[in-house]
Amino acid sequence: MTERFEYRDVRVDGDDGPIVEGFTAVISRVGLTAMVGSSGAGKTTLLRLLNRLDDPDAGQVLLDGKDVREYDVLQLRRRVQYVGQVPVTFPGTVAENLAMAEPSADAVALLERVGLPTALVERRADALSVGEAQRLSLARALACDPEALLLDEPTSALDTASKGGIEQLIRGLSDGGLTVVLVTHDPRQAAEMADAVLEVEAHQ
Amino acid sequence: MIVATATSSSSSLSLSGSISFADVGLALCLVAVAVVVSRVRQVGLEGDLLVATFRSFAQLLAIGYVLDYVFKGHGALTLIVLAVMVGTATFTSGRRGRLVPGHYAISAAAIALAAASTLGVLVVLGIIPTAARAVIPLGSMIIASAMNTTSLVMVRLRDDLAAHRREVEARLSLGQTSHQAASPWHRAAMRTGMLPTIDQTKVVGLVALPGAMTGMILAGASASEAIRLQLVVMYMLLGGNAFAALVAGEATVRRLFTSHHQLVRSLRRVAI
Repeated sequence: MTERFEYRDVRVDGDDGPIVEGFTAVISRVGLTAMVGSSGAGKTTLLRLLNRLDDPDAGQVLLDGKDVREYDVLQLRRRVQYVGQVPVTFPGTVAENLAMAEPSADAVALLERVGLPTALVERRADALSVGEAQRLSLARALACDPEALLLDEPTSALDTASKGGIEQLIRGLSDGGLTVVLVTHDPRQAAEMADAVLEVEAHQ
Repeated sequence: MIVATATSSSSSLSLSGSISFADVGLALCLVAVAVVVSRVRQVGLEGDLLVATFRSFAQLLAIGYVLDYVFKGHGALTLIVLAVMVGTATFTSGRRGRLVPGHYAISAAAIALAAASTLGVLVVLGIIPTAARAVIPLGSMIIASAMNTTSLVMVRLRDDLAAHRREVEARLSLGQTSHQAASPWHRAAMRTGMLPTIDQTKVVGLVALPGAMTGMILAGASASEAIRLQLVVMYMLLGGNAFAALVAGEATVRRLFTSHHQLVRSLRRVAI
């Protein structure tokens, strides 16, 4: 099976009617898929359906050919990791942040994997720069040993220098065999990074 | 056993039965002071002060007649009086927490369970008698206190989860359950609900002589009798509030997440 995820005629309702309606698409197991579209088109909403931070009001979302609702939701979320737009750090050190994801995690190896200096391992997480915090968010996601990574505009809160580094890191994770779904409003980012582009049109 | 009547003979002065409605009318001059202060400093609370004054008069007058009736051989009505109190407290607390799904049910459960369990323990242990004269006043204290605790816990927990929903969802994304993901804010909300009573208990006698004790002393009881009752009241409120905070916190977490460990949509769409 080449598809990792599939949306089948999905509808998600908002307060003033559907945010997404009749959405059907597949996302490949291999490579990086960029989800692009105008602001308010429902990209984030669609991304969140993949690890059940939200459920569709109609239609189905499939993971490896099976409805995501048939999996244990807590295990599903560990397999399909979600990293949001704004980096989130938890109280405590960088090592403690990683241990929250996986108590037996090798913190130093994870920091090396996301390009953070290993000297940061005992640093308080709330003392990191925004770029470092986003790398920590990625390291925490990787600590769960996921099969897929959902990234919701992961560079939108970063400066240009940090942005380039994170883009390289994400591309490297995809090349390493991880299914990556990237929501972005930036056509340049989609064109340069993605193996496939999924256009989401605003619901009329 | 504490008999909830002030019958001590040790005092030389008792206010019991000596305050007439004319005296109450004279005390209104102090409300007038508050109205003038509000007016002069443009605080804008004159209307609220008048409403509060009128309501307190009407409500206490009414409950006075009701209690007189119940105490004079109609003890079977005790449960109805307590039920009305729980209902009123539920409505008040539920309205305060109206942004929480199922707010009235949460308030009813927290307040009723706090009152029933606390009064139950006091009666079963033989600390208070089952007489209406004991159960109604003590029940009203628990209910009023549990009402405040329930409101504080519901509002704080809902507001915190909405404000920190990115952190909450980051925790959920790591495979945490809704209870695990909400735990830092759940704890904070319970502390918010329980701390006022704990602080009040810590300073009792040093900062203020609390209501039950003051009432007994004014009615002519000895200070030591009043103290024993007050201690029971304080311990009762500590227990009752802990119970209310526990039930309100658990129930609020359950209603702010779906059974699939997702934040409810109303919470996800709050601007942050």
